[in-house]
Amino acid sequence: MTMQPDLEANPGTILETARTQVLEQGIGLSESQLVEILRLPDRDLPAALQIAHEVRLRHCGEDVEVEGIISIKTGGCPEDCHFCSQSGLFDSPVRGVWLDIPELVKAAKETAATGATEFCIVAAVRGPDIKLMNQIKFAIDRINEAVDINIACSLGMLTQRQVDQLAAWGVHRYNHNLETARSYFPEVVTTHSYEERLDTCNMVKAAGMELCCGALIGMGESLEQRAELAAQLAALEPHEVPLNFLNPRPGTPLENQGIMDGKDALRAIAAFRLAMPRTVLRYAGGRELTLGDLGTRQGLRGGINAIIVGNYLTTLGRPADADLNLLVELNMPIKELQKTL
Amino acid sequence: MIPNRSSGPTGSTTGSAAMFCGHCGVPSDGGDSPASDVHHRCGERLAMEPPRYCAACRRRMKVQVTPLGWTAECSRHGVLAP
Ligand code: SF4
Ligand SMILES: [Zn+2]
Ligand SMILES: [Zn+2]
Repeated sequence: MTMQPDLEANPGTILETARTQVLEQGIGLSESQLVEILRLPDRDLPAALQIAHEVRLRHCGEDVEVEGIISIKTGGCPEDCHFCSQSGLFDSPVRGVWLDIPELVKAAKETAATGATEFCIVAAVRGPDIKLMNQIKFAIDRINEAVDINIACSLGMLTQRQVDQLAAWGVHRYNHNLETARSYFPEVVTTHSYEERLDTCNMVKAAGMELCCGALIGMGESLEQRAELAAQLAALEPHEVPLNFLNPRPGTPLENQGIMDGKDALRAIAAFRLAMPRTVLRYAGGRELTLGDLGTRQGLRGGINAIIVGNYLTTLGRPADADLNLLVELNMPIKELQKTL
Repeated sequence: MIPNRSSGPTGSTTGSAAMFCGHCGVPSDGGDSPASDVHHRCGERLAMEPPRYCAACRRRMKVQVTPLGWTAECSRHGVLAP
């Protein structure tokens, strides 16, 4: 990727606006401004990343938050999210499997040993039933006995009672993604609505848990819809936004979608940071394929301030050491554990 | 990363020729790893995801990924790990 770096923002341009509005005043860009960022020519990309990086440093600090994620229940989901290899409605090679609690505790210990402060337990379900909730309660207690790490969960759509239970059990953060823009959501999911997703997100926030609400880009949405998603996430004010890039999975409706362009991915990173100056913006699935090693570095110096260490739920990530060494090289300290409870 | 068969009822199959591609389940063209054009991308993919199909019998395996490892279990041929 050769780009002529032009790091000076010219007056009257969107980059100059980003500098004054986001960097200096801390006000995220609007949806129409984000479209301008997503449309920047390649020659302006280094400057956009530079401003996004400065925004991250000023409003979030230099720390990088490290998290491990694990699937307690894989596959067999009744929903039809078109990107997902864990839907039971597609002819995917992913088989249903439950993880036992001793293995989960072992994984939590291994994750903490990397310096990670977050451990997210994920289940491929529409929403949790009593069996899963009981498993989660048991898992939380065993992990808390064994290791010092913040526990997050991602269990699909919740009832108010389930939200209250998870908060009472000490779940510190709950993940529930919007995935894509409201206007594109019906193209990607038909078994539940955007509003149902928003309901869970709002209940999580109202109960005092940190909301982790992510995006999956590169599913065929337009640049306008990508900006729309960033603006809709910004309006939700989540504590964290995991940013996923489509990794087309065999057997899913999006298997032939192709991998999104690396520069478009970097523009999206800058745009998401400029939409949400204070949010934890995490690299999530698909970045290895979409960005490679060079793009990964550029994103970490372009607005990203959190990573998932090691593997994802059904696919493998970069070796943990490779990412941790990269943070050392970039002079980015790992955020330390602050128990919020 | 070439997985080794670490345990299981027929652990003696270690080192035997792969009959099926671990990524797509289609018969491989012999040797220890799929090498034909058909499976060229599968080989690349297997560096980034665990195998889903047993190389000996093409059964879909039960795969568990953890932050720092993975296992893939065939009900007939046992457990694979990195
Ligand atoms: S609800 Fe979650 S696990 Fe189920 S199909 Fe959608 S993304 Fe996959
Ligand atoms: Zn193959
Ligand atoms: Zn087998």
